[in-house]
Amino acid sequence: MENTPNTLPRQSWTFSNDTNSEIRRAADTGIYDIRGGGAKRRVPHFDDLLFLGASMSRYPLEGYREKCTTSVTLGTRFAKKPIELDIPITIAGMSFGSLSGPAKEALGRGATMAGTSTTTGDGGMTEEERGHSEKLVYQYLPSRYGMNPNDLRRADAIEVVVGQGAKPGGGGMLLGQKITERVAGMRCLPVGIDQRSACRHPDWTGPDDLEIKILELREITNWEKPIYVKIGGARPYYDTALAVKAGADVVVLDGMQGGTAATQDVFIEHVGQPTLACIRPAVQALQDLGMHREVQLVVSGGIRTGADVAKALALGADAVSIGTAALVALGDNDPKWEAEYQKLGTTTGAYDDWHEGRDPAGITTQDADLMARLDPTEAGRRLRNYLNVLTLECQTLARACGKSHVHNLEPEDLCALTMEAAAMAQVPLAGTNWYPGKPGF
Amino acid sequence: MSTTLDMAQLDLRAVNTSLQAAAKAQANDEFVIENPRGSHAMACGLDGAIRVTVNGSTGYYCAGMNQEAEITVTGSAGPGVAENMMSGIVTIEGDASQYAGATGHGGLLNIKGNASSRCGISMKGIDIVVHGNIGHMSAFMAQKGNLVVLGDAGDALGDSLYEARLFVRGEVKSLGADCIEKEMRPEHIELLTDLLARAGADAQPQEFKRYGSARRLYNFNIDHAGDY
Repeated sequence: MENTPNTLPRQSWTFSNDTNSEIRRAADTGIYDIRGGGAKRRVPHFDDLLFLGASMSRYPLEGYREKCTTSVTLGTRFAKKPIELDIPITIAGMSFGSLSGPAKEALGRGATMAGTSTTTGDGGMTEEERGHSEKLVYQYLPSRYGMNPNDLRRADAIEVVVGQGAKPGGGGMLLGQKITERVAGMRCLPVGIDQRSACRHPDWTGPDDLEIKILELREITNWEKPIYVKIGGARPYYDTALAVKAGADVVVLDGMQGGTAATQDVFIEHVGQPTLACIRPAVQALQDLGMHREVQLVVSGGIRTGADVAKALALGADAVSIGTAALVALGDNDPKWEAEYQKLGTTTGAYDDWHEGRDPAGITTQDADLMARLDPTEAGRRLRNYLNVLTLECQTLARACGKSHVHNLEPEDLCALTMEAAAMAQVPLAGTNWYPGKPGF
Repeated sequence: MSTTLDMAQLDLRAVNTSLQAAAKAQANDEFVIENPRGSHAMACGLDGAIRVTVNGSTGYYCAGMNQEAEITVTGSAGPGVAENMMSGIVTIEGDASQYAGATGHGGLLNIKGNASSRCGISMKGIDIVVHGNIGHMSAFMAQKGNLVVLGDAGDALGDSLYEARLFVRGEVKSLGADCIEKEMRPEHIELLTDLLARAGADAQPQEFKRYGSARRLYNFNIDHAGDY
């Protein structure tokens, strides 16, 4: 028997160690897993696309000599004062409460140095953020925490949040351990209690109502501010069309890789569509309405590199927005905190218990000692650097495709590495002139 | 000085521009708006102590985000009247539609008729007095402030309530999750006396019952999951 060969212990694909650990956790606690961040599963993404580059029929631009501009104007449809950005990369809405004051300040500093905008979040506008953000988008959320007309008027744009990619159809919960006196005061609620962010707006339902709500917001702000409508990646064609119908100046489209401060893991991983799958239907809706480039499209959810930026623009977006990547640039999940991540039962790169307020990096916390770890000036500089790199990378790819403005990138510049990506992005599978669903095939 | 703005002659933008400019100038002016014809977003975003009388009925979001102004609607008001109001007084002589006073932070919303569903939803400090009845799901997730109802309340009053105080004189069809009847203590009688006087309501505070949060849902507890 000693010489009888044994088969190696075989792990189940269906009942993997990850799956079994979640079963044990659920059995222990009786409650679903809540975490921050976006979908962690592998989904078709920008990595599955390639640029073709210039060749015999396309002239490239000289990398260090010929201009490739990156400016973008958001809100040209109705707003008297559209937002002019130097780069097509904005900072997504993240709440004070979820993030620390220094983190919000750092986001403002970095974005301003890079010539772009930041966005508030659930919980209202803070002085740190307004003071350090040259261009600040004020989110109008279902909870209306901290909402007031004075901040509405001192914002540079207003973003009506209908949904977000991590949880289309879901609200949020800021757990009591992060509800300090300051956070509670801004939200008109007691210290230390869980603060529920509603999933629907309290005073309108559906696109017909939204049209009137947008009218009210414009009347309060003298028709100066661009009005964005943010939607999660659920039904991008119809949601985009309805946002346009409701009067949006800008549509912000957030795919399922987009992050959240705290939501059930089952929601994050199982609701919504990948960012890649959302862009073309949204662009198609704008084109069908004759509104492409008239109503600007901002895409978010898993943007990490200049290549991601360039690909989103090539598929028809006017700009992109980053959240998780911006936090990483500030210092989130940095290996220098590995010993502390280990104490929390996690590791660098996997830390996602942002709702617990124990972030070693001092970003997703309201703990005074932890917050003090983040130097907003230095973190802002890091974000500026990162935004600059994204822009340089995007320009590099655009020049390689012969484009003098990053908005001149187009689907024709792309091919896909997989059938799925080809179908979603509606660009040919590499080496072919075909994609699934292409008319005429 | 009283100025008449006739919406048979002027569009919404012109009317709101006039009102907002006067409010900003703290001119203490009076305005009468004729022929409102159910216009939406009327007299919204005012930030100053002016007085506005709307002769007729309004559409959505009349007096939205009001600060300091006194606004009276002689007819009825559409959905979201005085939504997110910060201060001032808004009076509706007729009825109010859904979401009256939604998310309001301060001031007094005085509804002489009935208010529809979700009155005071997510209110954050506003005082609302309804002389008639209110519809279902009123004061849903209401955080702060006072809702006074001289008539009856519909289903699920105060569902998922936080710290807002609810006073109802008539019948309550049902209470929502985590909303319970509470003792009416002297400080509540005093508070209610003041609110009724400010609203010109013909009622005695002793006739009311007080409802508030049981505070059992303030921090998530799996054993209470069935209560949501």
